[in-house]
Amino acid sequence: MSDPIPAIKAEWQRATITEIVRQTPRVVSFFLQPSHPFAYRPGQHVDVRLSAPDGYQAQRSYSIASTPEQGEIIELAIERLEDGEVSAFFHEVATIGDEIELRGPIGGHFIWTVEDGAPILLIGGGSGVAPLISMVRHRAAQQSLAPILLLYSARTADELIFHDELQMFNQSGNGFDLVLTLTREPSSQESDYTRRIDPAMIMDVLARMPSQPKEVFVCGSNAFVNAAADALIGADIPAAIIRTERYGV
Amino acid sequence: MTTRGFTGRRQPPEITDRIPPGQTLTDDFPVLSAGPTPRVRTEDWSFTLKDGPKPLIKWSWAEFNALPQTKFTRDIHCVTAWSKLDTPWQGVLIDDIFAEAGIEPPTEFALAHSFDGYATNVPVKDLVGGKAMIATFYNGQPLTADHGGPARLLVPHLYFWKSAKWINGLQFTTRDEPGFWELRGYHVYGDPWREQRYTGD
Repeated sequence: MSDPIPAIKAEWQRATITEIVRQTPRVVSFFLQPSHPFAYRPGQHVDVRLSAPDGYQAQRSYSIASTPEQGEIIELAIERLEDGEVSAFFHEVATIGDEIELRGPIGGHFIWTVEDGAPILLIGGGSGVAPLISMVRHRAAQQSLAPILLLYSARTADELIFHDELQMFNQSGNGFDLVLTLTREPSSQESDYTRRIDPAMIMDVLARMPSQPKEVFVCGSNAFVNAAADALIGADIPAAIIRTERYGV
Repeated sequence: MTTRGFTGRRQPPEITDRIPPGQTLTDDFPVLSAGPTPRVRTEDWSFTLKDGPKPLIKWSWAEFNALPQTKFTRDIHCVTAWSKLDTPWQGVLIDDIFAEAGIEPPTEFALAHSFDGYATNVPVKDLVGGKAMIATFYNGQPLTADHGGPARLLVPHLYFWKSAKWINGLQFTTRDEPGFWELRGYHVYGDPWREQRYTGD
């Protein structure tokens, strides 16, 4: 696996919003040009800080959805949270040309690069797909044939972030396998399953892979991560190869 | 710099001096961890004090629960920028563990170890003097697995990754040995009031 990152000496810096793309009814991608561009690895995140005129500040962590091969600009897919403070600013106030502060990259555990080997199983719930798409994009940019299966759960087809891009990767037939499940649609042409992740689904997905995964990355809400991780352990996947990222609050 | 158009939310004035810089108050209790949640049965649980590689004393769950119990209510601060006030805990003070073991700490540093292989370093001075406990109850209920049950370290004056979940022992070390997150870019000490989140802070 990736070597531990020895130090995070990421100073706060200004970054400019260069592009805004609506992904789903609740998720918008913000593309940010850091004033001091930095190298990062797929799966890492940044801390974002907003400051009010009286000095009050709020900060949050967001996974980077872009891959380093795309250049200096980083993409954050920000979900509008009910009662959100920072996400409300992004969704209702921020426009192209605005500056915010960020620091990064942060995180030395939830990381995958092609050098780390495969097969890899990625399991994402809702906006938890953000660090996983970075890994999938990285694999494509590296023209890697590493077997990766992404099991992606969303409430409805409308809420699948990066849906077209994931379908495109899926159709390329070069070792990327996409499995979709929708939890709030009774039936769907667009997904493989219409239910929450459960042990049977995890068994199916593992059987679709060429061999047992070398690493598994699970990202989503705590309940989602627990359901997926418990099912994986029930399927005899060692806890030591399961890396989790839980979206707090 | 000021962010155009951001006003934000204010904390109520009576609690602002309890919220460290960069933190936001939450009423929830978010759960964060690097791997699956271990389901440790109390019959399989034990707690071992070690001096370097040498075990000094080991308690089973029943033996550990016979140690003096202390309740304390503290504010907690997670490095992911949430703080939660007045969290009520019950467990065994580290002071009482050392007293029960009949030891004076042989070194100035310790590593807390967990059932899932997690480790985090805490100076001994931050564990003693009533500052830290092994908590087995939260809010009057046995600690759930999500929050580190059956037992977790509680060092509330440091960022909460120092309060190792699913703890199974404390090991005295001659040097300050970085643990899991400390090897992955997080601060070796982690004082929220000095905003020591990452290595360079």
